[in-house]
Amino acid sequence: MKTFEYDIAIVGGGLVGAAIGWGIAPSRPRIAILDEGDLALRASRGNFALVWVQGKGAGMPRYGMWTLRAAESWEAFAESLERQTGIDVQYRQPGGFHIALSRGELDRRLADLAQIQAQPGMPTIHLETLDPAALRTLLPEIGPEVAGATYSKHDGHCNSLRLLRALHTGFRLHGGTYLADHRVDSIAHAHGEFRIATNGGEIRAASIVLAAGLDNARLAPMVGMAMPVHPVRGQILATEKTGRFLDYPVSTVRQTDEGTVLIGDSREEIGFDTRATTDVLAAMADRAQRMFPRLARLNVVRSWAALRVMPRDGSALYEASSDCPGAYALATHSGVTLAPNHALVLARHIARAERTAEPFQAFSARRFDVPKAA
Amino acid sequence: MFRRLRDDGEIVTIRVDGRLVDAVAGDSVAAALLAAGVARTRVTDGRGEPRGPYCAIGACFDCLATIDGIGNRRACTVEVAPGMSIETQGAKREITR
Repeated sequence: MKTFEYDIAIVGGGLVGAAIGWGIAPSRPRIAILDEGDLALRASRGNFALVWVQGKGAGMPRYGMWTLRAAESWEAFAESLERQTGIDVQYRQPGGFHIALSRGELDRRLADLAQIQAQPGMPTIHLETLDPAALRTLLPEIGPEVAGATYSKHDGHCNSLRLLRALHTGFRLHGGTYLADHRVDSIAHAHGEFRIATNGGEIRAASIVLAAGLDNARLAPMVGMAMPVHPVRGQILATEKTGRFLDYPVSTVRQTDEGTVLIGDSREEIGFDTRATTDVLAAMADRAQRMFPRLARLNVVRSWAALRVMPRDGSALYEASSDCPGAYALATHSGVTLAPNHALVLARHIARAERTAEPFQAFSARRFDVPKAA
Repeated sequence: MFRRLRDDGEIVTIRVDGRLVDAVAGDSVAAALLAAGVARTRVTDGRGEPRGPYCAIGACFDCLATIDGIGNRRACTVEVAPGMSIETQGAKREITR
């Protein structure tokens, strides 16, 4: 068995691991990303690529603030990625819509957003409500069933596959090492060192960052942490490329820079099942064409499903281990939106071994230990 | 570029980019276009490169054309009909077509 030595080993080569690696590598180039093979569960390759703020922060205003901070950092982050790697991740922030197909849907939406905004400590999230006539001036293809929409100027979208590639490219340009087919079997901590047993050999590192998505639930207890995450399936339909007709991202329908229309409107708690199913896809297509009737004319060319990495309360989990100093674990279902925070904020804390930094306090899994009032 | 093996079919007149073209009953649109010397039915979405009938069995999606007002139809899988209107595509399909 081969043995390698790194200052920092990151377990997971998705958007979270790659963002952390990209952020740390310039100051600590003895860093490795240990990734699985092609058959891994890969939320980062199946996601919808929204950079989204409206609706975030329910039950946890600190998460609303963290999300807003990320959205406000995104433009400069995308520019620095392009400057460094030449890859344009197609970040656009024209603001985004959430469309309601009935008065009842709209009322529920407004009540939910009002409740989020009313929480003590919640930052002010820009929000407008548009009636169908006002909406039609911005989204001319909406259909007669549309009852209205909420709009926030903070919302946007990007090309998340290019984002993943840019992060990996930049990581390697800074001297980072990417190791595919290194699925982690076990982690041992002794004498200030982590010994990581993988199917690609043993890796030794002074510090370890678990960014393995759903597998963090298995790995984190090996280094004294809890990561209560579970899979939430999301399905996506992709149409043929079409001339631009949608200038804004909608929470469940967006047109990519290349013209493809993506429809993603499912949240299914069905365990570790990555199959796409025709009943859900049909329901999604139905809602999408009620929003934009002319979508019915387009040919669907692909569909897929992926599993969101969902913390128990739908926010994010960031943990610095007390039992095993130097071990960190990160889990979130918003790897796209939060990428600048991971790359610029958490990466710096980890590079400087700041175990008590505020995000590791605010987003610790210890929040689940507080007994609920009767 | 192409010539017909037989010339005894029933003539079906169609329009290609506004021009009247004689096809033969039973032709696919792709065959009729090739027989009429139209090899480019569309351009690629990314780089605008020319594309036309290639596999001729519905698999490659290279021969997409606008047929009777509907964009991105596979010309090799549609049979000609009298009065049919075919438009070659110089850009991505529009959602209105």
